[in-house]
Amino acid sequence: MSEAVSHIDQIFVIFLHWLLGGLPAAARPAVSAIISVIAILVVFALLFAITTVLERKGLGRMQNRYGPNRVGPFGFFQPIADGVKSLTKEDIVPHGADQIVHFLAPVLLVIAAFLAYAVLPIGRNMVLVNLNAGVLYFFAVGSLVELAVFMAGWSSRNKYSLLGAMRAIAQMISYEVPLVLASVVILMAAGSLSTVSIVDMQARYSGVWPHWFLFRPWGFAGFILFMIAATAESNRSPFDLPEGESEIIAGYYIEYSGFKFALFFLGEYLGMFATSAMAITLFLGGWAAPFSFLTWIPSYLWFFAKLMVLIAVFIWIRGTLPRLRMDQLMNFAWQFMLPMTLINIFVAGVWHFMPSGLGRWVLCSVLLIAPCILLIGSLKQQKSTEVRKYRFAD
Amino acid sequence: MTVPFLILAVLTVVGTVAAMTLRNLIHCVLALTLSFAGLAALYLQLGAQFVGFVQILVYVGAVAILAVFVIMMTRGAGPGLHPIFSSFWTVGSLVAAGVFAILAWAICASNLSSRILPPQTEAAVRPIGDALMHQYVLPLEIMGLLLTAALIGAVVLAMQEKRRTP
Repeated sequence: MSEAVSHIDQIFVIFLHWLLGGLPAAARPAVSAIISVIAILVVFALLFAITTVLERKGLGRMQNRYGPNRVGPFGFFQPIADGVKSLTKEDIVPHGADQIVHFLAPVLLVIAAFLAYAVLPIGRNMVLVNLNAGVLYFFAVGSLVELAVFMAGWSSRNKYSLLGAMRAIAQMISYEVPLVLASVVILMAAGSLSTVSIVDMQARYSGVWPHWFLFRPWGFAGFILFMIAATAESNRSPFDLPEGESEIIAGYYIEYSGFKFALFFLGEYLGMFATSAMAITLFLGGWAAPFSFLTWIPSYLWFFAKLMVLIAVFIWIRGTLPRLRMDQLMNFAWQFMLPMTLINIFVAGVWHFMPSGLGRWVLCSVLLIAPCILLIGSLKQQKSTEVRKYRFAD
Repeated sequence: MTVPFLILAVLTVVGTVAAMTLRNLIHCVLALTLSFAGLAALYLQLGAQFVGFVQILVYVGAVAILAVFVIMMTRGAGPGLHPIFSSFWTVGSLVAAGVFAILAWAICASNLSSRILPPQTEAAVRPIGDALMHQYVLPLEIMGLLLTAALIGAVVLAMQEKRRTP
């Protein structure tokens, strides 16, 4: 890598060191952490604003309408208008609500969502803290979201919000198991829980091809399973039962208005970005370029390019698939996702102990595809096609 | 005793006291979660990253939610009618003081407090894994078997029952 290219790649790191240069040595760690935190807050909040307008545009296109097109050129200043609107709206707290818990719920949600970004490597040498147990930290922080959702649903003292919270928690707990188990294969292969060393392992090339974990049978299966579980974790369509508008109005945040409502949206999108970024870190090589001859493009640009692709997939899926029913959701989690992730861990072990060559590719692929077909078949068999009998409406 | 330790200790103790004295059961669970989190932060402060994060993952993420579900499914979560202090609180506090005295005496008498450990900034995950896979492999396997049985049991419960013809 030439000098100039590596300087552009490290421009933010160099800038931070230059900023810290004039400070006394004792203050440096704290100031460095504060600057990095502010950078993460600003960048991902901006990404949230951009994503809201992109999502509405994309969904509009898929549903044969324009989407927002009034504020600014092509409606791209819509997030500013949304922000002003939610800031100037009255903050209504229901009379029967538990005031303190009702206030704390959105705060905890956004804190938990932002905490996850501490271990995500955004570029080469660009990570807030390189924790020894980084992946574990990520999942531990992610589990705080469930508590925030429960606090929101319970404190509103509204039947619909409580139902929505219960749905959300049941769904999140069910899909957290396959989410963690799908990432176990990477931890087995990398032999480390640190996100930085996982990315470093993938940032190598044989010929022009990268060493991403995606290009292994178990890595590919793990990535698909991880993304399905991530969709469910972030309560997005087709797993958006917790906010089913047609049956429980909006789920756990019905009783929130004004900026607290916007905070829920912020938390939800930040969670989606964080799990996507984790999928990129684990399976898609983090900030590493996809081909060895493209390494001159700065690492952070690769990270954000991959993130935007995954966000586009999320929007595409939201525009395409209908919502699942609760029993379908649970059956899918326990009868397909869980067995598949366990089989995937087994396959990763088989791969590790077999001699390299075509043989292990064939064997591992067969070991993954056969149970997948069998499990899908058993899920399909349960579908009954009889005429539905209504107990009260006949 | 450093300032972060004092803050965390106060947080943990306040959470525990609130969990026992608040009237609303859900508030008690939330306060208990605070003390779980404080405990996890204390582990982290000691450099035990793995234990700290597992504490958050298991206790804040799962046990607190389980407690909440149990409360909501058994009876009304509203404030109870009986007083906070039961009629035999003197006996209870005597028992608690006795247990605390015995534990404190045991800790002070053991050689743990006199042994000076080398300061470890980061207890890595790898030694824990090595110990689990070599020295403690049998307990690990038994636990794994138990948990797998529970997991399969959950899946069996979730499976659709054969529809009986009416």
